[in-house]
Amino acid sequence: MLLRVEDIHKQYGKDKVLCGVSFGMKKGETKVIIGPSGTGKSTLLRCINRLTPADQGRVWLEEEEITHTRASINKIRAQIGFVFQSFNLFAHLTALGNVRIGPLKVKGMKKDAATKLAMEELERVGLSDKADAYPAELSGGQQQRVSIARALAMFPKLILFDEPTSALDPELIGEVLEVMVSLAKEGMTMLVVTHEMGFARAVADEIIFMENGVIVEQGEPKQMFTNAVHARTGEFLNKISELYGETSE
Amino acid sequence: MTFEWEWIPKLAQGLPLTLQITFTCVAIGIVLGLLLALGRVYGHRLLRGICIVYIQFFRGTPLLVQLFIVYNGLPNFGITLTALQSGILALGLNTAAYQAEYFRGAIQAVRGGQMLAARSLGMSLPQAIRFAILPQALRLVLPSWSNEFILMLKYSSIVFTVTLLDLMGQGKRIASRNAKTFEVFLVVAVFYLVLVLIVSTLLRLLEKRVSIPGLGAPSEHR
Repeated sequence: MLLRVEDIHKQYGKDKVLCGVSFGMKKGETKVIIGPSGTGKSTLLRCINRLTPADQGRVWLEEEEITHTRASINKIRAQIGFVFQSFNLFAHLTALGNVRIGPLKVKGMKKDAATKLAMEELERVGLSDKADAYPAELSGGQQQRVSIARALAMFPKLILFDEPTSALDPELIGEVLEVMVSLAKEGMTMLVVTHEMGFARAVADEIIFMENGVIVEQGEPKQMFTNAVHARTGEFLNKISELYGETSE
Repeated sequence: MTFEWEWIPKLAQGLPLTLQITFTCVAIGIVLGLLLALGRVYGHRLLRGICIVYIQFFRGTPLLVQLFIVYNGLPNFGITLTALQSGILALGLNTAAYQAEYFRGAIQAVRGGQMLAARSLGMSLPQAIRFAILPQALRLVLPSWSNEFILMLKYSSIVFTVTLLDLMGQGKRIASRNAKTFEVFLVVAVFYLVLVLIVSTLLRLLEKRVSIPGLGAPSEHR
């Protein structure tokens, strides 16, 4: 197993957001987490790399326990990419600067090598011509692609995507999903919170349906779409498919 | 009203001292103010408390009182500083408190996602502050910080009370000899005005220079 998540609990005040979530991921797998908003999907992602500390439960990346108090969390985070709903590109750096800063400052790479690597990653998301543009000069879709390149430049073992297309105008969603689909096909291990069912159908090895802080059901996309065991799952999938359409393959 | 040309070179003799005090104090204020702001935002409870007490003390008491404590009060404890040292110390400690508040506001104005993104890349907290937060906060702070710089230029005039012959001190000396108080201090005022205009123009140029493309100058964003 590349990633093992075991019995994660998280509570904000009296609000129980996660009530014992467990699952695992093998290298090269893409898993999609779906579910109504407020069911703790984003919190779950943040608990995995400890941007939010879990109250209880454990997470392993390969042999290393991330949730261990003595874990060198910065080293672990450097191996886990994170793509945010609101991009969170560093506003004062160009696209190139954003992609380069991780290798440069976290990994201590030489500037020339880091620049070369960053250019390659920008190329990979189709934005090498925007290397010198600042985030405020890019469209939302371009910003999100840069942020994917920023994650890729760290050679992550796994990338967590937190609703990567939810903040985008509809016409910009496709370009981001395209990049994600090709990553999945190249064998990147990806855990994706999204409502894009077209993406889930196209590349997910498994869909995890969450509600009220627990996993209700998980399975292959085909089975989940046609033969969900729980009525709630089918209902939700239908509603989402109607709302978001299936434009994204 | 009669002015005399010879006032100008005499007053100009006070200029280097005014500039020395202002620039030294502003520099002390940047370093100490930044440390106070970081301590207040990111420090643990004790450190935060110390920073808050410092800031409240220096913002809550008159600058002149602070200067007199340093110059006239400290010798009682065996610490005797020259007039210049006292002036720089008091003004420096004072502006640090104000600058700390400006820095704090700017640090907190940087969007929360920036810190998250930096940490998710594996940066330590100090790295995230250095590479993600401060470069943006320092741009945001420029307009309000420029104000503090200009205030220091003017507040430095209080050092005449501890016998220093800065611009203000020179003016006082000239006026006490010829009794043309109104005219002399009018010229002193013009001196300060010109200084302020020069400094604020330079700072505005700096602001433009460091503005982030696509976002406009920081002042347009406040």
